[in-house]
Amino acid sequence: MPSNVFLVLQSNDDTRAIVDAIEIDNPKATITRQPAMVRIDAPNRLVVRRETVEEQLGNPFDLQAMHVNLVTLGGNVEEDADEFALYWDN
Amino acid sequence: MDTKARQPKLGLREKYRLLTRDLGWDPTYQTRETLYPYAEYEGIKIHDWDKWEDPFRLTMDAYWKYQSEKDRKFYAILDAHAQNNGHLNITDARYLSAIKLFLQAISPGEYTSHQGFSRAGRELPGVGTQVACQMQALDELRHAQTQIHALSNYNRFYNGFHAFVQQRDRMWYNSVPRSFFDDAMTGGPFEFVVAIAFAFEYVLTNLLFVPFMSGAAYNGDMSTVTFGFSAQSDEARHMTLGLESIKFLLEQDPANVPIVQGWLDKWFWRGLRLLSLVGTMMDYMLPKRVMSWAEAWNIYGEENGSALFKDLARYGIRKPKGWEDASKGRDHISHQFMLGLYQWSFGTAFHGWIPTDEEFAWLSEKYPDTFDRYYRPRWNELRKLAAAGTPFKNYGLPMLCQTCQLPCLFTEPDDPTTLCHREVEYKGERYHFCSSHCQEIFDHEPEKYVQAWLPMNQLTQGTSGGGGLENWMKYVNLVDGQDNGDFEGSQDQRNFAQWKHNSVSNQA
Repeated sequence: MPSNVFLVLQSNDDTRAIVDAIEIDNPKATITRQPAMVRIDAPNRLVVRRETVEEQLGNPFDLQAMHVNLVTLGGNVEEDADEFALYWDN
Repeated sequence: MDTKARQPKLGLREKYRLLTRDLGWDPTYQTRETLYPYAEYEGIKIHDWDKWEDPFRLTMDAYWKYQSEKDRKFYAILDAHAQNNGHLNITDARYLSAIKLFLQAISPGEYTSHQGFSRAGRELPGVGTQVACQMQALDELRHAQTQIHALSNYNRFYNGFHAFVQQRDRMWYNSVPRSFFDDAMTGGPFEFVVAIAFAFEYVLTNLLFVPFMSGAAYNGDMSTVTFGFSAQSDEARHMTLGLESIKFLLEQDPANVPIVQGWLDKWFWRGLRLLSLVGTMMDYMLPKRVMSWAEAWNIYGEENGSALFKDLARYGIRKPKGWEDASKGRDHISHQFMLGLYQWSFGTAFHGWIPTDEEFAWLSEKYPDTFDRYYRPRWNELRKLAAAGTPFKNYGLPMLCQTCQLPCLFTEPDDPTTLCHREVEYKGERYHFCSSHCQEIFDHEPEKYVQAWLPMNQLTQGTSGGGGLENWMKYVNLVDGQDNGDFEGSQDQRNFAQWKHNSVSNQA
């Protein structure tokens, strides 16, 4: 059974496009909206792609700006300029 | 006017290399051993520090940029809170007991973490680690400051907030978090990082901050939600660094594995005991509940923890020793702890109370196997005594655990009707423990823990104000009849009702 990785973001105007992009790029992700925050779970791997966020946003986006709205996460992190990924190796 | 940069922007990896690795140098006037005297005595072997990498590849320039943005958001909301009578928008003044406990017990710990990471940044020889520790040291300092600042707005109106600094050092229950952080700080730099960055931040911090912040959001406390989210955005980075550090230690040398496992066993249990304060707050102190401690443990402990330890299994790491007992205690600890706090509420700088019928129903729904059977009858008895005008106060001094410093009030993992108690004799003195795990921690480093400053023992030695309850209250800056006791009939309760009424009427 795969373990879930997860990402929790503050629920606000900045993160709406990020959550939409995650939904597009991760068909297996489950999105749960809680008071003031959004939780995204996915089996084994979850990616946030800069290009998809930019399409949703209609503006350039620096993936590191996600730091401002991060609440918590679970999984190993791998980040470069184009993609932020969470994964488990098991 | 902004000028468009001509050169293509540096890639994240290249920028990270230039702004971390490239800042280091090989010493020539001094040896590495004299520069980093604490790097080896713990037995950890590192062969290549360059293998350590921050997966976020955060560099100082980006760090300042995002941190200042976080602070701007924080202060905008904090101002709004102060300008809009934010102190009246909470569900009930009773809620603030949780916040008082947070300010006294947790915020000073943020400051201690700041000191600890400054030290780790100096003592760990790798440049990537030094940069990451420096950022984390600044984060922790920011957390302490923003928390104190945010809660100072409540101090203007409510009791119990005024002396958190003195109470951090003197108040009996605050010796629990204090000893936790002091214990970590007085370990070597590697143990400190494993204790705080991994065991506490990765495995347990979600249990502290996430339910706490949702709790604040549910209870109308805009100010706490704001500092909580602001701090939590840093925690996500700390967690990632914690996991990265563990993997780095385990990959560097197989001899590191048993040492790291020992620290995980120790710090998981230390952290879990500390979090019994949080469980109590979630199950009893929030007028509007979010989730129970048991539910939070299932999601953030059981589920995430299992995924994590499955991932680490390939290094030969197993779940911490206390894991199973933690799960067994899941349905008990908050009830046992709150029953304790209620009977000692004359000596706490926050209010206690007996839960209402509605709260009994909630507790019984969330704890179907334990609440009605073990804890409702005890609360009913306390209720009867309170109704008869003879509320139960326990003026005896509780025996404290030599390791975690909590009163020995928890029960045996397999028998919720028997108090758990362990004792050992060491150099002619007898020491007491709340659990086998706390005893094991002592057995491993007795010379460290015999030095523990136990508030109850200090009291009987006359070092805490000179003896007697009245002197002790002066010593801990506790204003009797205002800061302590039952919420029912308290000044906080009366003021809140009066101010709420005034806020919707035109009475002066």
